Amino acid sequence: MATAGAGMTGQAQRLDALVWAARPHRTLWRDALSRLLANRLAMFGLIIVLIFTALALFAPILAPYPYDKADFTAVSQFPTWTGKYPLGTDLVGRDMLSRLIWGAQVSMAVGLGAQVLVFLIGVPIGALAGYVGGRVDSLLMRFVDVMYAFPQLLFVILIMAALGRGMQNIFIAIGITGWVTLARLTRAEFLALRERDFVIAARAAGASPWRIITRHMLPNALSPIIVALTFGIPQAIFTEAALSFIGIGIPEPRPSWGKMAGETQQYITSYWYMPLFPTILIALLMLSFTFLGDGLRDALDPRTRKRE
Amino acid sequence: MAQYIARRLLMVIPTLIAISLITFIIMHATPGSPLQPRAPQANPLPPAAQEALARKYGLDKPLWQQYLTYLRHIFTLDFGYSYQYQTREVRDIMASTLPISLHLGIMAMALAILVGIPLGVIAAINQNGPVDYLCSFIATLGVAVPNFILALFLIVLLVLLIPVIPRTGGWDSPIDWVLPTIALALGPIGIIARYTRASMVEVLRQDFIRTAYAKGLSDRQVILRHVLKNGLIPPITILGPMFAAIGTGSPFVEKIFRVPGMGRFFVDSLIARDYPMIMAVILIYGAFLAIMNIIVDILYGIVDPRIRLA
Repeated sequence: MATAGAGMTGQAQRLDALVWAARPHRTLWRDALSRLLANRLAMFGLIIVLIFTALALFAPILAPYPYDKADFTAVSQFPTWTGKYPLGTDLVGRDMLSRLIWGAQVSMAVGLGAQVLVFLIGVPIGALAGYVGGRVDSLLMRFVDVMYAFPQLLFVILIMAALGRGMQNIFIAIGITGWVTLARLTRAEFLALRERDFVIAARAAGASPWRIITRHMLPNALSPIIVALTFGIPQAIFTEAALSFIGIGIPEPRPSWGKMAGETQQYITSYWYMPLFPTILIALLMLSFTFLGDGLRDALDPRTRKRE
Repeated sequence: MAQYIARRLLMVIPTLIAISLITFIIMHATPGSPLQPRAPQANPLPPAAQEALARKYGLDKPLWQQYLTYLRHIFTLDFGYSYQYQTREVRDIMASTLPISLHLGIMAMALAILVGIPLGVIAAINQNGPVDYLCSFIATLGVAVPNFILALFLIVLLVLLIPVIPRTGGWDSPIDWVLPTIALALGPIGIIARYTRASMVEVLRQDFIRTAYAKGLSDRQVILRHVLKNGLIPPITILGPMFAAIGTGSPFVEKIFRVPGMGRFFVDSLIARDYPMIMAVILIYGAFLAIMNIIVDILYGIVDPRIRLA
């Protein structure tokens, strides 16, 4: 099978990498890319994600009205095909369509931005624990265990209540709680890699620990890390939506889907469209990222692919 | 076995102490205090009154002393007075709200197990058939879509479009239990169905299943006697994380359906910085989670004799 071949070339390439001072494993990534492109569900996810990214980037151009412009002559208008406000207006007469488009910005920013923070905290800690081992490792892992014992969402809510509302604080809250899983994963990968021949060879050749970690170990641990980060994105989007839903997320006047749903959910029996539209978008975006993550996992790591 | 359980239970104590310490530090290390409301319309108390209040609740002592006092009280299950509801002890509030949350949680658990496992089994038997796709669709939806969103979808579907349920919230009659239970259970149903399917597929491929078919047993007998027995072991391990999913989901579901449970109180007390309430909820939840994990581990050993607890 092709996977066995990939493993062989992977081995050979790692030897090359030692000699040529780390060349990118181009065939592995290209192989993964072609597998990803063949996955219809993942492609569906990718297209939706790209559409939402475009919405987020071009929100000022695409949105027909400013997100905070209230039209008091048209409060709580239902969606119409012909009127000024195709998706209706909210309780104070703000255009739903514009607010939904602007809301994409918050979800995308939190989804991607928080993962950067998670990566910056989780990978160094996991790498340190895995590479150094011994007492440092057991100390860090004990701490990770305690963090695991926390109900994660309640912990995020606790941090948000302590820090106050705001986009920046959401990043911090997700970063503080989200790195644990990634650190554990990175540590496990590094523990396994540490004993591999090419790492021992690099060490014997006199490479510095920094060089070994960044040039030899990290590239080889990268694909599970990428997969974990991709799955972290919908989690972060969910966290932001949940926080905004209960009113401790994004402050006024900036629209967030979670907030739009939370503020209007009690009026659902009369104005069903107000909470329904933003929740559909949250669900769609989370599903798309999940499909993309599934596809990436199958593409990057053929061993975990479903055996049918 | 008894020794194992005792050791695991003892291990819960340091974990809970660590949780309480972290929670305590976060709450006290951040700006804002229950004595100085930051809301714009709030009316700050005169300094003398603030001091008196601080003395009453022990907030004037050094932090480590406050923490130790708190810890000592916890061991006697005394969580102190709520700052927010001055006349009520946290213990009383818990005593009235926790049973409701537990009730909701147990119903959701039961529903998740009763629906999730058959769903996974059916999906595994009809691999790649339409039922399998339907199951994986439900499972993906349940896993990837947050429960407060599912809750809103449920309201639109079952209250507005097809009016089977007369109202959207409350906790007065069993009809009010239906929607929050389903909303809370959908995620766990997805998790359980996925795990059951995966482990059933694994078992179906084993030699002893082929043998069972070869000796002429019917599909039904093979599935019920041989596959299920072995295929249900992995799903048991995820009952622990499932409790977590149900527990963390309940504040949102309780808020949407106006269920007077612990989750709603938690959110309210966070916004009001009601320290004793916050600590109590997090500790109860942490303890609950830890004990559930122990029970799951023990169950795991009972169901599969090959696993020895050590």
